[in-house]
Amino acid sequence: MLNLLNTLASICIIIGLFFMVVAAIGLVRFPDFYSRAHACGKCDTLGEGMMLLGFILYEGASLVSVKLLLLIIFIFVTSPTALHAIMHFAYTSGVKPWKKGDARE
Amino acid sequence: MTETESVVIRTVARIAVPFIQVFALYVIVHGALGAGGGFQGGVVFAASFILMIIAFGLPCVRQRVSTRWLMICSVLGITIYAGIGLLCLLPAGNYLEYGAIEAALGIPHLHGYLIDAVEVGIGITVMAVMTSIIYDMADKGGESS
Repeated sequence: MLNLLNTLASICIIIGLFFMVVAAIGLVRFPDFYSRAHACGKCDTLGEGMMLLGFILYEGASLVSVKLLLLIIFIFVTSPTALHAIMHFAYTSGVKPWKKGDARE
Repeated sequence: MTETESVVIRTVARIAVPFIQVFALYVIVHGALGAGGGFQGGVVFAASFILMIIAFGLPCVRQRVSTRWLMICSVLGITIYAGIGLLCLLPAGNYLEYGAIEAALGIPHLHGYLIDAVEVGIGITVMAVMTSIIYDMADKGGESS
């Protein structure tokens, strides 16, 4: 039973790490601000959530797990909101989206 | 950027600010036992005011938390800190030597409560000073008092 939980925890953490790596690749490879923020915000949120879920499964039922669960909820609410604020401010202050054929920044 | 932000940001700020403030109080009170303390808790508390300024605009927050109130809070916090520090001099202890008060009054675990009280004082001062710094940085001149 413990081994099963540990395996599930490892799988969750590896999925989370995969999404974090995808976010890093997107940050390096995408051409402009909007697509980079898109990659980072979404993949970071899911990656952190999966990693914390893995930590919860590894820890078992304790006070630390409750704190991690609250952390997951907080990240899922606030991280996309912060991204939305940044993108909205960039749009209103006149950052143009990248179109096919433009030079990469 | 004087107008308020979009409805998403305002709603999430309205939900998140109480949790941030409760977490700040937790950090202040937990400072005697583990990681955290008055300074960190005060900064987190000030961060909730910064979030309110970002979401609702400076005039709205200034209406609720006035500069006069912040000045009173900063003086109150440093008075708590220095007062407890000087109180330790009465039973012939050093400055901020809580053990002297505990030995003189004979109340067990009193130094823990005194540490908490000092942390609360530091937290109040840091919160007030950080928020007033943000006020001075965020307003466009002419409306600071």
